[in-house]
Amino acid sequence: MIVSIASGKGGTGKTTVAASLTRVWKRPLVAVDLDVEAPNLHLFLRPVIEESGPAWIEIPVVDESRCTFCQACSELCQFKAINVLGSVVLTFPEMCHGCGGCIAICPERAISPGKRELGEISRGRAGSTEFLMGRLKIGEAMSPPLMRQVKSRLKDMICASGRDAIIDAPPGVSCPAVNAVMDSDVIVLVTEPTPFGFHDFKLAWEAFAPFGKPMGVVINRAGIGNREVYSFCAEKEIPLLAEAPYERAVAEAYARGRIIADLSPEFRNIFVSLYAKIFELAAGTLLMEAPHA
Amino acid sequence: MREIVVISGKGGTGKTSLTGAFAHLASNKVVCDLDVDAPDLHLLLRPQTGQTEEFFSGHVAEIDKGLCTQCGLCASMCRYEAVRVDKDTFSIDPLRCEGCKVCVAFCPVGAILFPEKYCGRWHISSTRFGPLVHAQLFAGEPNSGRLVTLLKQQARQLAKFRGNELILSDGAPGIGCPVISSLSGADLAVAVTEPTPSGRHDLERVADLCGHFQIALAVIINKFDLNPEEADGIEAFCRSKGYAVIARLPHDPVVTKAMVEGRVVTELPETDFSREVRKTWRKIEELAARGRKD
Repeated sequence: MIVSIASGKGGTGKTTVAASLTRVWKRPLVAVDLDVEAPNLHLFLRPVIEESGPAWIEIPVVDESRCTFCQACSELCQFKAINVLGSVVLTFPEMCHGCGGCIAICPERAISPGKRELGEISRGRAGSTEFLMGRLKIGEAMSPPLMRQVKSRLKDMICASGRDAIIDAPPGVSCPAVNAVMDSDVIVLVTEPTPFGFHDFKLAWEAFAPFGKPMGVVINRAGIGNREVYSFCAEKEIPLLAEAPYERAVAEAYARGRIIADLSPEFRNIFVSLYAKIFELAAGTLLMEAPHA
Repeated sequence: MREIVVISGKGGTGKTSLTGAFAHLASNKVVCDLDVDAPDLHLLLRPQTGQTEEFFSGHVAEIDKGLCTQCGLCASMCRYEAVRVDKDTFSIDPLRCEGCKVCVAFCPVGAILFPEKYCGRWHISSTRFGPLVHAQLFAGEPNSGRLVTLLKQQARQLAKFRGNELILSDGAPGIGCPVISSLSGADLAVAVTEPTPSGRHDLERVADLCGHFQIALAVIINKFDLNPEEADGIEAFCRSKGYAVIARLPHDPVVTKAMVEGRVVTELPETDFSREVRKTWRKIEELAARGRKD
């Protein structure tokens, strides 16, 4: 089973929930950081990295001695990554999406695949949990191609081992976030009961609902802000999977790199119960508790 | 004209709440929300929308099932696994389609359409703090960088037309496409961080990004009292890299209180926090004036 931990707004506690769930997960697990722009899960799980290597995207390399400057490549390219000016071919590798179109369309076979580094992919282990993360190179604009490669590595790991996966997704609801959650079995949305948290939670719910996947909410920092998110969940019948109360001591412990599930038996139980509810949600046996709106 | 962009790397550090307060304190400016994916600034500024435009960008492939001969060439050439085969019917998953046109160009029977994509909306609105240029990208859409660039162009035009001297922008979290677009042309980036492992890690990445594009950077350590030692560590890091740390702000529930009221902290009765925010804004103005390029 693949569980995505997502949120519209950043900083609501996605990584906290992902790390805490990892701690209480009973079945064999891969913890995956797909927030490749700002990966943080490793800071809490502190895995031993066993293998780390660059991730590449395919880019065109033009052999100008074979090129007839027919412009078939530049006419096809939708990303302005290859341009023919008179008898010069200019490529802009940082614009290239790696579609392979120019290579395939060139009638002279003058374009061959080269590569450009997107970032790195690391694999390791935190206790019995396998760990996988992508990290985008500074200055690199495109996160989805790196995320696709991390997901394909995850697929191999799951196929080989039959492990479950917890995905720490990037914030937002645009293409990186959607890319992260679209292949999961269950989506857990983490929010906080503030106007910003609620607004972005609604965006995320609207974005992910069309996938038709089991989806529930974890309300972090319960007790601050207002009750809008509770009323909305009640109205839309979005199951409330867990609530973690706001306590300053928790914020301070998090600031010191502690995992919330490790703080006290009470906090651990929140995530033990969340673990059980995720399986009930996936199986369709979760009983809707009316959130106290 | 000066352009100041507030960024953070990590989400939830207080970027938008502070930008809202700066929007209150700054004079003669256009405010711009460049977080087009999950924008929140309008919740504080409560804009009256004046002008709304549609944002089209890129294309998406669409198979005409009547013409498709199920040869499978598109599926074998697509690098994004966007071609779905369901029994003998081929279709394109628009969320996976990158809009590269390869399937369109190679389909032997010309069965693939390539319409332009309607990706979002943008607005020029009025607020009690002056004009706000903002947008909402539709869920799952790419090209947020292009929308960010468009918003900045609109903000520049508007500022020029109105004779404003400042564009104050709320950036997106992360370090990717929309953030890079936000930084282009900025005179000063203000990074809001918090003394947590994630806050520090993501600040280092966003600072490197500013270095990469040679944008001057000032740092605000928000909620510093959650971990004063880490706050000291962040300050030492900034000093070693030559970034100005312009404020250490305490963790104060007044920020959430203001948000619930749809106001910015400096509009509420004065507290230590809002006093510090006012001081911080003065420092930002000094830095931006010093860094101006024109």
